Amino acid sequence: MIEVVDLTKKYGNLLAVNNLSFKVEKGKIWGLLGPNAAGKTTTMRILTGFLPATDGKASVAGFDVFDRPDDVKKSIGYLPEVVPLYHEMTVTSYLRFVAEIKQVAAAKRKAAVAKAVHDSGLEPVKSRLVKNISRGYKQRLGIAQALIHDPEVLILDEPTIGLDPAQIIEIRELIKSLRGEHTIMLSTHILAEVTQTCDGVVIINEGKLMASGSLEELTASFRRQDGVIIKLKKPAEEAATVLRDIPGIEKIAVANGELRIEWSRGRDLRDEITRRVVEKDLGLAEMRPFAMNIEDLYLKIVSGGVEQ
Amino acid sequence: MKNIWAIAKKELRTYFTSPIAYAVITVFLVLTGFFFYSLVWWFNSQSMQMAQNPYYYQQININQMVFSPLYHNMSIILLLMLPLLTMRLFSEEKKAGTEELLYTSPIGVNQIILGKYLASLIVLAVMLVLSALPSIFPFVFGNPEILPWLNGYLGLFLMGAAFLAAGIFFSSLTENQIVSAILTFGALLLFWILSWASNAASGIWKGVLNYLSFFEHFDDMTRGILDTAHIVYYLSFAFFGLFLTHAVIQSRRWR
Repeated sequence: MIEVVDLTKKYGNLLAVNNLSFKVEKGKIWGLLGPNAAGKTTTMRILTGFLPATDGKASVAGFDVFDRPDDVKKSIGYLPEVVPLYHEMTVTSYLRFVAEIKQVAAAKRKAAVAKAVHDSGLEPVKSRLVKNISRGYKQRLGIAQALIHDPEVLILDEPTIGLDPAQIIEIRELIKSLRGEHTIMLSTHILAEVTQTCDGVVIINEGKLMASGSLEELTASFRRQDGVIIKLKKPAEEAATVLRDIPGIEKIAVANGELRIEWSRGRDLRDEITRRVVEKDLGLAEMRPFAMNIEDLYLKIVSGGVEQ
Repeated sequence: MKNIWAIAKKELRTYFTSPIAYAVITVFLVLTGFFFYSLVWWFNSQSMQMAQNPYYYQQININQMVFSPLYHNMSIILLLMLPLLTMRLFSEEKKAGTEELLYTSPIGVNQIILGKYLASLIVLAVMLVLSALPSIFPFVFGNPEILPWLNGYLGLFLMGAAFLAAGIFFSSLTENQIVSAILTFGALLLFWILSWASNAASGIWKGVLNYLSFFEHFDDMTRGILDTAHIVYYLSFAFFGLFLTHAVIQSRRWR
């Protein structure tokens, strides 16, 4: 549904997006994850036709962004980072204006506005002036304007930024409810957003692709080590010296009174460890497996620890 | 056309839901009314005096003595007022981030520019129509000629249209409304006073400067002279302003 091939964007000498390629499947929610200034907004602006790329190709809903910009614009709903609102209009008249410029037929406009108001939960404020509604409602209105022409693809630039925790949950639920009917790409620098809302993720840093794929695929491909975290009644440091000589163990780290024991992938040393703990009477209180989760992955990627 | 009208409607709504249009129209009407009143008053006193002498009495002409100077005064007021109508048209979109909505919608940059221009032209037309209402009295109580009167208004509208196009161009250059208005004032004044410079110039330059000056073209129109050269001048000025706006917007996105 969205396909980007070798996309490059330069602002003067500054390379904002560097040979970026990725794909988003139809009906999925995909996250564009990266720290600030990673090139997320630039990538989205290119996809929506707001900015031209310096090099490379991008297509949305089967149309090339550069050759058929009008067809692309018709099939995209876009929520920019700064919600584009006209403060002197009412919520309804603003949506009517957006419906007009998004080429919703005159006969269908009223229904389209009503549907967008309903789907985004704007009923309570629909006749108020935009400047008088709360931040959360403004964000909802931003999503409503992106939905108004029932586009196949939604591009949401940091949809939950600046909201309070309750509003963040509301907006995430709203986005999740749109899955299936729409293909959604949302950008964020908050990892939890991706793990809670998205099916897959494209991680970029300094304009370069670091990783992309579904969440499971990514976690699996980056897990090079297995291991357990154990909690003992005896002091952790003392236990560490006792356990260190078990063959196969590569690393034991002590943190917060817990032991983090790692071994290379493909083995299973849990029996060995348990046996040793019981033999030496270390007092097993807790044992749980650990896997490198997406958070470790993201931190590793943005700190330059992983290259793909 | 549909898209142009959608943009124009939105701009008109902004003009009339904010104080901008009301402030500009009111100040324009108050000043125009004041000039009209004093010119009519002066005309009356002149007529009284000239009534003593049948020869001079023949020469009296309300079009030349009231309307012609009134148009000149109005044109200066327009020069001061119209940049205030155009200053926010593109600056505000840029500042508020709403340009992203416009440029990612399936409408052309041309249509956006024309829509905004159309809205400002409509406000100008409203200003001129309202300012024409007091002229009913000379028509009721005197016998001015209607065609030169209309010609003067046509001149005001065309010149206003040129001012607005210049204003839109400067609005597309900056996201600061004040800067946009100041640049517009400066440019319009410069075009106004080109005819002064032409006095000092000679040869071909004299002609060129005179042709470029707002004043030379407008003066003829206030005196009831309708020359296609003047219409072409104003229309090409407006076209050029809008064309440059388009170039600015496109180039900014391609940089």
